[in-house]
Amino acid sequence: MAVAIQTDQLSKQYQIGEMQSAYGTLRDTLASGARRLVRRDHSQHVEDIWALRDVSLKVPEGQVLGVIGRNGAGKSTLLKILTRITTPTSGTAEIHGRVGSLLEVGTGFHPELTGRENVFLNGSVLGMKRREIQSKFDEIVEFSGVQRFIDTPVKRYSSGMSVRLAFSVAAHLEPEILLVDEVLAVGDAEFQRRCLGRMEDLSQSGRTVLFVSHQMQAVTQLCDRAILLEKGEIALDGSADDVVAEYLQLVGGSSSERTWPEDSAPGDTLVRLLAVRVVDEGGEVVSSVDVRKPVGIEITFRVLRDSGRSVFPKIKIYDARRNVAFNALDTSSRWRHPTASGEYVSTAWIPANLLNEGLIAVDVGVCSVGTTKLHPHTGANDVVSFHVRDPGEGDSAKGPFTGQLHGVLRPLLEWTTEER
Amino acid sequence: MIETPTPVKDSPTATPPSDEEPARDARVTVIRPAPRWPHLDFRELWHYRELLGSLARRDVAVRYKQTSIGVAWAILQPFLTMVVFTIVFGKFANFPSKGLPYPIFSYSALLPWTYFATAVGIASGSLVSNKALVTKVYFPRILLPLAGVTVPLLDFCLAFVVLFGLMAWFDVWPSAAIVLAPFFVLLALFTALGVALLLSAVNVRYRDVPYAIPFLISTWLYFSGVVYALNGLAEWQQWLLALNPMTAVISGFQWGVVSTDPPDLGRTLVSIAAAAVIVVVGLWYFRRSEPRFADTI
Repeated sequence: MAVAIQTDQLSKQYQIGEMQSAYGTLRDTLASGARRLVRRDHSQHVEDIWALRDVSLKVPEGQVLGVIGRNGAGKSTLLKILTRITTPTSGTAEIHGRVGSLLEVGTGFHPELTGRENVFLNGSVLGMKRREIQSKFDEIVEFSGVQRFIDTPVKRYSSGMSVRLAFSVAAHLEPEILLVDEVLAVGDAEFQRRCLGRMEDLSQSGRTVLFVSHQMQAVTQLCDRAILLEKGEIALDGSADDVVAEYLQLVGGSSSERTWPEDSAPGDTLVRLLAVRVVDEGGEVVSSVDVRKPVGIEITFRVLRDSGRSVFPKIKIYDARRNVAFNALDTSSRWRHPTASGEYVSTAWIPANLLNEGLIAVDVGVCSVGTTKLHPHTGANDVVSFHVRDPGEGDSAKGPFTGQLHGVLRPLLEWTTEER
Repeated sequence: MIETPTPVKDSPTATPPSDEEPARDARVTVIRPAPRWPHLDFRELWHYRELLGSLARRDVAVRYKQTSIGVAWAILQPFLTMVVFTIVFGKFANFPSKGLPYPIFSYSALLPWTYFATAVGIASGSLVSNKALVTKVYFPRILLPLAGVTVPLLDFCLAFVVLFGLMAWFDVWPSAAIVLAPFFVLLALFTALGVALLLSAVNVRYRDVPYAIPFLISTWLYFSGVVYALNGLAEWQQWLLALNPMTAVISGFQWGVVSTDPPDLGRTLVSIAAAAVIVVVGLWYFRRSEPRFADTI
């Protein structure tokens, strides 16, 4: 497989003091220089920050790579280096093919110029030849839907119109490598949707895409692979689902075990939630489970008094894209009678070969039956999460297939076939 | 940063078959840390020549947008200045004017001078006024000041037409050396580019530049032979002023266009050398600061 992007120990260092004085005047610099000279104070406030550190990455042609991480983790810096807006402090990168990016939508649009003039200006700013723009001009204008105003200055456009025209230019660039920074891409939901749609088209036609996003759902949906950046370094590199799962656990602070001290336990005057754990068959707390093994959600709660009502635990299971897999109530006969005060530990067993691979998040609650809905006494959303993995030994619902199957559930069904 | 148009060695099998010219953009871009001793990559500049044209066209197109008299400003600016200079310096102060009617002397000097002053002004602010481009998309940044110094050439050409009208009125005719006039205009362009390369790069970091430029330009004016003829000065003073390339530009331009005495060859060479030094220094500083533009602008 040919390599589209290869970076070797790519690093970028910023000096914090320097960034602060970015808007400084000459006077400030002279003054602080003089001060330093007099006091011999070399410490100043200059502090080095590695926005990117030793990032070595190989992206094969045709791959859709998601780049995720917290704000300031170096995602945008990576894109800025790959688009050559800024240079690395050390390390190298090689890019094979023409690069286009959706972070430049509308860059170089001049309000005084007409739509037509701006299409040509913007196209050449994005690296298109004049001839190329000319041949695609009608297509670009039609896609944008602003035909009637193409000879009107862009300053008279509504913001939606100018974004549509700008996007239309960018979408016709036909790069071999597309870099998308969702954070920088402005626009409404409709526009974001079009960006994503365009990305999907490009990736399906074999282009390489680098997608920086905070929308985990979009990353798992579009990307084959993802890297997690933390403090400028690659903290994790793997399948998009795995990396997103880890990241969500990381930022959500959620793990496979959660306990509350008695005095701050969530709940009402009747029930308090004390602990929730993800356990395997042996009762051990686990954060990752084999898809072929059952997994238990263990809920510990205390009923504070004899109220005469019957309460029961319930769970809600959903995936990393927050699609609900199912809700399940504890239907055992013990909860048919009024619940006595005391501490209870209930475990919901999710059967083997039911959930799909990836991150699974769990809401738990303890409820009683109301007239039309469940009445929650206590509960916690996104309280624990765990990771379902498939070792790929051929005995799961995927069979010999090693790729990803879509869906929240992936049950191992019984199939019957007759030969006729 | 090097961009070589060599085709990717092992990729042809993977290129999408639907593409009209798959080999067209198959190129390898190597990204490296900024070199300590930057050089100008002419091949890359050539690759981006169309963008230079687009940027210049844009600046020309928007220059007089939403003004009421529009492009007439290109003529009015030097013309009105000439009228003021004629009254103040020609009539009251009685400055020497190389034997020409003062309006002709003054206007023919103001033409290249106004070009130079406008070019320095536009090009020095070019990086900051195109901040959106600088922070969002890559291209050789030098295109911005380069486009900036070409834009006022149009104004220059328009004002030139008026000069011929004035010359006919005062019965002054060009000499054969007018064929050399474009060379002197080019010398003004390079001087403006050199100054603007330095100032535009400084402006990215320190926004003092827009305040300093009017002062710089108005001072420079008095040492360029615009308001008075330099040939009345002492020899050593003329040699000293030759370090200012604009003296050669103006006397060379007047030599051809309004038939003054030819400029001294030695002093012209000094001016050319000075312009070369300005360009080299400006270019060096610009290329040195270029990698940091997007971070500090």
